[in-house]
Amino acid sequence: MILTLAFRNLFHDRIRLVVTLVGILFSIVLVAVQLGLYLGSSRMITSNIDHTDAELWITTFGAKSFEDGGLLLKSAERHQALATPGVAKVVPLVVSFAEWRKPSGGSTRVVVVGSDPEDGGFEPWGFRNGTWEDVKSPEGVAIDKSYLRELDVTGIGDSAQVGEGRVRVKALTEGIRSFTQSPYVYTTLARARHLLGLDVVAGDATSFFLVKLAPGADLETVRNNLKSRLESAEVLTRDEFRDRSLTTWLFKTGAGVALIGGAFLGLLVGTVIVAQTLYSSTKDHLNEFATLRALGSSSGYIHKVILGQAGLSAVIGYVLGMAIALAVVFASRDTPLPLVMTPWLAVVLFAVTLFMCAISALSAIMKVTKIDPAMVFNR
Amino acid sequence: MTGEAVLEAIDVVKELGSGAGKITALKGVSMTLKAGELTLLMGPSGSGKTTLLSILGCIMTPTSGMIRVAGNDTEGQTPEQLARIRRDHIGYIFQSYNLFPTLSALENVRIALDVRGKKGFKAAARAEECLREVGLGHRLKNHPANMSGGEQQRVAVARAIATSPSVILADEPTAALDTTNGQQVMELLARIAKEQNRSVLVVTHDPRTKPYADRTVYIEDGQIVREERRPEGLDAPEIADLTKRRKVHG
Ligand SMILES: Nc1ncnc2c1ncn2[C@@H]1O[C@H](COP(=O)(O)OP(=O)(O)OP(=O)(O)O)[C@@H](O)[C@H]1O
Ligand SMILES: [Mg+2]
Repeated sequence: MILTLAFRNLFHDRIRLVVTLVGILFSIVLVAVQLGLYLGSSRMITSNIDHTDAELWITTFGAKSFEDGGLLLKSAERHQALATPGVAKVVPLVVSFAEWRKPSGGSTRVVVVGSDPEDGGFEPWGFRNGTWEDVKSPEGVAIDKSYLRELDVTGIGDSAQVGEGRVRVKALTEGIRSFTQSPYVYTTLARARHLLGLDVVAGDATSFFLVKLAPGADLETVRNNLKSRLESAEVLTRDEFRDRSLTTWLFKTGAGVALIGGAFLGLLVGTVIVAQTLYSSTKDHLNEFATLRALGSSSGYIHKVILGQAGLSAVIGYVLGMAIALAVVFASRDTPLPLVMTPWLAVVLFAVTLFMCAISALSAIMKVTKIDPAMVFNR
Repeated sequence: MTGEAVLEAIDVVKELGSGAGKITALKGVSMTLKAGELTLLMGPSGSGKTTLLSILGCIMTPTSGMIRVAGNDTEGQTPEQLARIRRDHIGYIFQSYNLFPTLSALENVRIALDVRGKKGFKAAARAEECLREVGLGHRLKNHPANMSGGEQQRVAVARAIATSPSVILADEPTAALDTTNGQQVMELLARIAKEQNRSVLVVTHDPRTKPYADRTVYIEDGQIVREERRPEGLDAPEIADLTKRRKVHG
């Protein structure tokens, strides 16, 4: 009966129900979009790092993110690293900004990523057309198909000038987006160095060394060992480098703070709207609550009716809000900043909605706690 | 036939309001309600009838004096404990019915059972039984807005008796009803007192209710001034069986 009464109270005033639901909807969609953007951004920022299987990264001192590696590491460091006990492989990875000259004029900035996966380096994922084998053929590069227009090419076989050399699109990936909005151009280590003009002056210049441990080697021991040998470089675990990249892009730039702040604001507005409508609904039904009290109901019973109203609103609002949020996620899939919705985020959103509605019920519950059953006679 | 005392007020004083507006609504009232008896409480407007009813029903607490429900003193009880006494012992009927507009007749009765933790099929069956008892077996699904005042008040009676309280307190239950409907409700209440051996107290202005009373208590200015008892052997008017009447019509 508690739920029946809650349900009837809720649907009794349709306009108020609509306002309540709009409040919840607004909140959920806003929070979903903000957190979806946050997740989407995090994924973009860390996806390259996440797709390597090296346990340790050797970076130049103070490298803040995947794009910030510089080109200061040399083969000297590589040899020192290779001489460290417990180290199985040290694979160079070149990451650097370069100019992509569009075939029809003008240019755009790209991030050239060069590595040799067959040596245990890094390999792009999500190939849609072509494979890494195609990228290895002369002038070959792989780009994400979402950047075709920006790079002024139409697909496989098109060519452009990047840095010091010519490239030809040999493979297309799907779903590799760049947080900096400069598209990634994946190629072999040698070709990357060539495009960046390094083969002439510093053929061994590298941004990172990916370190793979020998079986049974202890991560911390190897790492400390590496640290003491490499004075001008830093040795980070993959997770540390990942977190550092995230912090750099999301928090040092304020983008993450804005996203999380926006989510909180959404919650706040939603809570205020729902609290307001629940409160006025409770006020409207005060005589009924007083009657319940006169009939001997415990105050807990009445609170449950109000919480029932809050809970029902939450469930209905969540279902509708999620539908809209999913539509937004779907619509954003081909934009430069696609939203991400995960089952985990959906669960979090539901919990947040329930929590928001429970908090909203507080003012109504406080109102009803002060109820004097004697008011049933004064009508 | 009268039974044991189920509800007692002993020397009850009640002050209402505060400051300059403070008045003593009850000035030392003692009263005993017994099982199987229908008592009328009559008196001019403002004499303290509703106040006394609220105190007897543990909705208000007296400023001084004592209320005993089923032999237990209620002094010092918390609001939650008083609520428990209400749901265990007392049924209410109000002048303006106080039904839940969003619930059907059946649900209106069920909620009184639900408040007492009686749920499910059994509660539904009990609610239906009570509605049949007040002659509303054919109105189970109707909402208050689609029922006459008399029918609504009978739903309220069903709600009050559903939980088998030992006392039923009614504040001007017939005031909003026409003569026929008012009589029906009074007949019901008298029958409940007799057949179910409950104590029924009816606050009223309405002289037409007098024939149903075993006892009439007069209150003036917060004090009981007179009490009349129906002479032994003189029965209430024909107590109609609404269930049967329904069948004849239906
Ligand atoms: N909350 C209150 N604060 C102050 N005075 C009150 C309050 N409620 C009732 N009174 C006063 O207490 C006295 C008794 O009121 P009560 O409602 O018991 O009268 P009553 O006999 O039921 O009257 P009626 O026949 O009009 O319903 C009246 O003088 C009334 O004005
Ligand atoms: Mg009154």
